Amino acid sequence: MNTSALLLMLFAVGSVTAFTAYFFYRVLTTPPRKEPDSYLDTDEV
Amino acid sequence: MSSTNNESWGSRIGLILAMAGNAVGLGNFLRFPVQAIQNGGGAFIIPYLVCFLLMGIPLLWVEWAMGRFGGRSGHHSTPFILHNMDPRRMLWKYIGVFGIFTNIAVAAYYCYLESWTLSYIWHSVAGTFMGQSAEQVASFFGNYVDVTTTTTGIPYEAIWFWLICLLLNTWILSKGLSGGVEKVAKIGMPLLILFGVVLAIRGVTLTAGEDGALFDGTVGLNFLWTPDYSSIWTAKVWLAAAGQIFFTLSVGMGSIHCYASYVKKKDDIALNAMTAGWMNEFVEVVLGGAIIIPIAIGYLGVEKVVELTKTGGLGLGFKTLPFLFTQWGPVLSAIAGVCWFGLLFFAGVTSSLAMGTPVMGFLQDEFGWKRGPSAWMFGLIVLVLGLPTVLFFNYGVFDEYDYWAGTVSLVVFALFEVILFAWVFGMEKGWAEINLGADIQVPVFYRFVIKYVTPVFLAAVFLGALPGIWDQIRNVGIHEEIASTTDPAKLAFLHDKLLFVDGSRMLLLALFLGICFLVRKAYLKRKEHGHGVV
Repeated sequence: MNTSALLLMLFAVGSVTAFTAYFFYRVLTTPPRKEPDSYLDTDEV
Repeated sequence: MSSTNNESWGSRIGLILAMAGNAVGLGNFLRFPVQAIQNGGGAFIIPYLVCFLLMGIPLLWVEWAMGRFGGRSGHHSTPFILHNMDPRRMLWKYIGVFGIFTNIAVAAYYCYLESWTLSYIWHSVAGTFMGQSAEQVASFFGNYVDVTTTTTGIPYEAIWFWLICLLLNTWILSKGLSGGVEKVAKIGMPLLILFGVVLAIRGVTLTAGEDGALFDGTVGLNFLWTPDYSSIWTAKVWLAAAGQIFFTLSVGMGSIHCYASYVKKKDDIALNAMTAGWMNEFVEVVLGGAIIIPIAIGYLGVEKVVELTKTGGLGLGFKTLPFLFTQWGPVLSAIAGVCWFGLLFFAGVTSSLAMGTPVMGFLQDEFGWKRGPSAWMFGLIVLVLGLPTVLFFNYGVFDEYDYWAGTVSLVVFALFEVILFAWVFGMEKGWAEINLGADIQVPVFYRFVIKYVTPVFLAAVFLGALPGIWDQIRNVGIHEEIASTTDPAKLAFLHDKLLFVDGSRMLLLALFLGICFLVRKAYLKRKEHGHGVV
């Protein structure tokens, strides 16, 4: 690959992957809200 | 009539995966790389990402916020979600009709597209393409969509696969949000990514001289990503980038509003929207860019692929790739076929399910229908409207549906909704709605973007599309073909095509007016029961 193509690809792929991973990490590490929330999985039986 | 709608999401991850699944479609793998090649190669990513930041992300936030706001008043489809934001004006609920119309009309042809992937999974496993020449594999597709020609000995094979696909969609929808849609997203999206990663690794590591490959996979990557920076100064490239962002995120359809309407007031939408949106970008840019072009160029070379992409990515995906897979031997070919058409199937089904929920929400909210009958009614409508796309595919009915419902309607609806949100509902309330319960700090800069930049972007996309719309209305393309044809059989076919194209427009118009009638009826019913305004 030529340098400009390689750099552009690394920039695009790297930044998109980083943003996706970051936002997923934020979702997974945010504690759930107190009930009643929008989600059935957290409902108390 | 009181609403029977008590749907709910099972989990936050399930909601995000369903939203991402709604956005991720066949275009992520078939349209994006072709658009990039046709619009400046690697440089296309610059206008593409700018459009994502200035139009895509704001629209995601706007649609999530509108949906959640409407859901608080018990509205789960766009006619009354929009009406709820400006109850004094009659106009908005009819603008909201686009959010039901588009979903039905797109589902009508999209299910057929989805059924091709099911059929090709079957043929990949059965080894149908093994031993066939490139021309035979390509003509297999033509025979398949011809409907009357059987490729496996099963009469009307394409119709059977389409019916299976439609039944599957309807059955999943009848299981509800958490019991159907969300479960499919939780299985489908990880599998889609897994299949995509397997194929991307294979595509990138393709080596010249092995398994009949002429070039390394990196030759395709090099071609795709080599930037032509001069292209980013042309309006055409920006319109293409804006269009791609638009279609890839499934904004302007009404399905995001519907999914978000089941999120409660205190729960986050800002981070959820970002996560689903960026996940779609990951699938498109990272996976979509590493499969079809590197593999196709590895076997066919740059010039041949450029030629093939002139008619879009569909041909590469269904006519060319199955043949290239056969070069890897029977086992790997079957695995690659299952991965490729499997990921396309999951991309398709998670999107078509999202098209069913606004229609079901409308029937449940406004006419008190239960979930099951609403789902089966959606299936029936799609069956009736979809049949012409299956039977008369070669007469341009499929493309006509795609143009009016899957392209023009989206832009019109998005333009109206952003004006409603930013200028009528007002940025004060709109900004507060986006930030309500937010788990991330939404940059203040976006307040300005939503109010000024996004509407201008959308207006530019719409105005840029106007000449094409005018040509489409006048059937310029078909008339040019007629003028340049002397073959009587071809002429007769083109005249028939004109009839089918005009007929499908009438059908779509009738659908739109029919939904307007139902919205009017629902509105009068609401008024009669004393809750007609909000």
